[in-house]
Amino acid sequence: MNLLSLLRPRKPASAHPPLAAGNTRRLHDFHGGIHPPQHKTLSNQTPIRPGPIPRTLVLPLNMHIGAPALPCVQVGDTVLKGQKIADASGPVSAPVHAPTSGVVSAIEARPIQHPSGLDALCIVLDTDGEDRWAPLTPHPDYHLLPRAELVNLIREAGIAGMGGAGFPTAIKVNLRDSQRIEQLIINAVECEPYITADDRLMRERADGVIAGVQALQYLVQPQETLIGIEDNKPEAIAAMRAAAANTDIEIVVVPTKYPSGGEKQLIQVLTGKEVRAGGLPAEVGVVCHNTGTAWAIHRLLSHGEPLISRITTLTGTAFSNPGNVEVLLGTQVRDLLAFGGVTVPDNGEYSYGEYSGRLIMGGPMMGFSIDHPAVPVVKTTNCIIAAPPEELPEPEPEQPCIRCGACAEVCPADLLPQQLYWYSKAGEFDRAQHYNLMDCIECGACAYVCPSHIPLVQYYRFAKGALRQQAAEQQKADRARERFEARMARIEREKAEKDAKRQARLAASRQKQAPGSSTAPTVDMAALKAASLEASSAYKAAVKALKAAEATGDGDAEALRAEADALKARADSAKAAVRDAKDSGAATTPAVPASDPVADLKKAVAEASSAYKQAVKAAKEAEASGSAEAASLRAEADTLKGRADELKNALREAKEQAPAVTPAPPAADPVAELKKAVGEASSQYKSALKAAKAAAEDNADDADALRARADELKARADQLKAELRDAKERAPATVAPVAPATLTTPATPDTQAATDATAPVAASTDADSAARAKRMKALKTAYNMASKQWKDASAALERATREGADDLAVQQARVDKLKKKADLAKEQLNLLVDEAKAAMKQATGSDLKTLKLAAARSESAAREKTAALAAAREAGDEAQITVLQQELAAAEQAALEAARTLKQAVADQGLADV
Amino acid sequence: MTTILIAVAALLAMAAVFGAILGFASERFRVEGDPIVDQIDAILPQTQCGQCGHPGCRPYAEAIAEGEEHNKCPPGGETTIQELSDLLGREVLPLDDEHGDTSDIKKVAYIREDECIGCTKCIQACPVDAIVGAARLMHTVIVDECTGCDLCVEPCPVDCIDMIEVAPTLQTWGWSRPPGVGQQPTQKIALVNLP
Repeated sequence: MNLLSLLRPRKPASAHPPLAAGNTRRLHDFHGGIHPPQHKTLSNQTPIRPGPIPRTLVLPLNMHIGAPALPCVQVGDTVLKGQKIADASGPVSAPVHAPTSGVVSAIEARPIQHPSGLDALCIVLDTDGEDRWAPLTPHPDYHLLPRAELVNLIREAGIAGMGGAGFPTAIKVNLRDSQRIEQLIINAVECEPYITADDRLMRERADGVIAGVQALQYLVQPQETLIGIEDNKPEAIAAMRAAAANTDIEIVVVPTKYPSGGEKQLIQVLTGKEVRAGGLPAEVGVVCHNTGTAWAIHRLLSHGEPLISRITTLTGTAFSNPGNVEVLLGTQVRDLLAFGGVTVPDNGEYSYGEYSGRLIMGGPMMGFSIDHPAVPVVKTTNCIIAAPPEELPEPEPEQPCIRCGACAEVCPADLLPQQLYWYSKAGEFDRAQHYNLMDCIECGACAYVCPSHIPLVQYYRFAKGALRQQAAEQQKADRARERFEARMARIEREKAEKDAKRQARLAASRQKQAPGSSTAPTVDMAALKAASLEASSAYKAAVKALKAAEATGDGDAEALRAEADALKARADSAKAAVRDAKDSGAATTPAVPASDPVADLKKAVAEASSAYKQAVKAAKEAEASGSAEAASLRAEADTLKGRADELKNALREAKEQAPAVTPAPPAADPVAELKKAVGEASSQYKSALKAAKAAAEDNADDADALRARADELKARADQLKAELRDAKERAPATVAPVAPATLTTPATPDTQAATDATAPVAASTDADSAARAKRMKALKTAYNMASKQWKDASAALERATREGADDLAVQQARVDKLKKKADLAKEQLNLLVDEAKAAMKQATGSDLKTLKLAAARSESAAREKTAALAAAREAGDEAQITVLQQELAAAEQAALEAARTLKQAVADQGLADV
Repeated sequence: MTTILIAVAALLAMAAVFGAILGFASERFRVEGDPIVDQIDAILPQTQCGQCGHPGCRPYAEAIAEGEEHNKCPPGGETTIQELSDLLGREVLPLDDEHGDTSDIKKVAYIREDECIGCTKCIQACPVDAIVGAARLMHTVIVDECTGCDLCVEPCPVDCIDMIEVAPTLQTWGWSRPPGVGQQPTQKIALVNLP
């Protein structure tokens, strides 16, 4: 397509400026254009005749572009010639007047001047033949009227563009104050073949036309006024030159070329200005009106006549009496056919009769065929062509496009008709639009030159219509979307409202049910505190300001003092509120559980000791490698040790201080506590001893200190042991004879534990059992995990089998593997459990079974005693009751002890959760 | 060497400046929501008919954005499918017949007013609030707002709602496409090759 545009000969406008005879003005040229045969002499040889007054006139409510007029008469009303029968219904609209006197017989849909052949609302007027005028008010001295009033007169007269489009003239002449018009152009080109209405009008009524143009000059105030006439109308040119002799109106003769009568083309020819796509001529300082419009304005101002008639060319060889006729608007075409001498047998309203030729409204290039002659003449109807088939043959069948490019050469709008054709035909309207389809003026030049007889204009009109429809649908869709969204929002809102109402009702009914219980107002302490702080700081600021003011002796110190007082009061009240809230909230606010200091300390101790151990390790490594840092590391280790000891002491103190806080069930059992203490002391001693030994082996400096500490600890353990013994002796009845002894034996460094040999063994046993417990736990987790995975895998396998999946083998293998893993874990676990049981037997002197039995027996004994006691109570045997009570107490104590022993043994060996 | 360093420094400085500008812009002009859903929604015909299986055009737009087929809109027809394919870069699919067949004839609902019993069921069904009326009073359709979705026909207990074709008016009429190569134009344009 780029090639195509290259091929197209581009003639610059200034290349050959045509200078027609008598012109003083240099003209410009527009691209393309054609020179079709004129056929103008057919109708321009006879003077304008007054048209008939037919029996009925059909007046469509939209004879113009824009909103249809609104009827202001009723059916049956008698109207006079020139009386308004329909009002303008919006800014872009024009009223309708009765073209002659008569009675409104109907307001109904009738066929109108439209290529669609659709019906539209019309006022049907039965004429009375009297042609009585309504009273008219001419305005010969319109120069005295304000322009706005003159515009309104034109509007009320229903004058619309007479050239073809029918745009209401009042809008075109109603310019904004800011708009400056350079050229007022009167379009008298009449470039289309056959049409001679303007030609005859100018020949016969040049003075009136010039008068109308002068009125337009007054309205538009242009710098210059140009009347463009094609050079094929020499008589009209002469008449107009004569009429305009003493005015500033310039008659410009333009060369004959179709379509130089197009508005944009004429503007370009006369001024060289181009109107942008989609723009209005006023944007380039030009206003363009038709000759017929000027004549209508003249009739309005000089006679007060509204637009009720127009000059229409009746032409085509079918007319025996062709020529220009001043037709009343609303005259049906069939009446004109009869008037012009075409025989139309009257056999029905829409009958076409014998006449078989084509009937065209408008010119041959831009007009349209009408299907039936009931269509009325309207404000824009400049021509009726009735042509027999030999004059206007039926269009040839469409042939394929041969891409000759002739259409592009003649396009006056500088478009690419071929591209537009392809896209329009293929339905790619947006691409056609991209090629500026909307700038097409539908002049038909391209179709005229097309050797393939392609009805190009119809394609463009089709595409334009489709685009317009798309736009309308888009608009409708947008509105539908909005409405849908609004509805959704409304439904949502209503639902929310309903919910809120239901909640409120629910709350109300609840309150009714429990009238006494007043819901405690939740006091926002934080907010209150913030408010209080803010108030007091404001008060302080105010006091400061007051002091400053007093110091400088400022006048408004009093005001400041008052303000400060107010602020103080506010701060006080805020503080009081906080206090109140605290008092009332003390009970309600859940007390934050005080963090257990002992637990914290324990944690700290653990951390410190692990740090110490690490430090020692590092120091040892350093020493082994003979590093220089060894000494410093050792020192660090010492400080860490000191810290750990400190923390340990603190922990001990904390424990002593907070015996209630620490979960100490054995408060009732001092023996157990003592036992524990002994155990701790001995283990401390052992670890101290170990450390001391290690130190001695390393020849460390603090080996002596460590040993001393170990001794100290031993002393403490001994002391504790003694205490324990005492306690045992004090409570011989309550303590089960077996358990404590067996329990304490290995843990307590007894006589034999004092020797260095046994201590490490005991320690190692302890360490072993702890490690075993840990391993057991890990194994148990592993077993649980594996068995769970195995179960999952089995389930998946089952599912897969049911569904017949492909990877059954893979899944089976997985299941087997997991099962093996689980079995292995279980086996290992069992081994460990056995080991642990053995260790327990070694430690406690009895195996788990025995312990369990003992616990169960003592418990059942206690139960028996309870039952006996109950029986004795029933029997009322006092002595028996006393004895039994004592026995029961002892039995319960024994049961408790046995249970504890069992628990302890299990926990020691990590069997608790196996 | 210095030149290289200067160049590197300059480029780094520029990178930092532009990075800062871009970062600021991405925060300042952040696009809220999912613009693709809006674009799809703009293409859909907004009849809100629910033939696609979604309660309205926007829900369907959201579903398309999440990967649902884009050929379930009978009112939109081939044009909509084509446009959606262009937008989403998906294959052009034939219209899914399951969701009703397409027809180019625009229809609107019409209530035979003397048969209407005023049950308000159609009012509740209308997705665009194009039916006015009140309980036990006659209802009527606002023709300009009716999308022709059909949803009001089903709930009517007395079957007084018809879907009628919209007749072309002077505003909606458009020239038809010429029949093509080898045939005479059906609509005669006056234009002729004058002898």
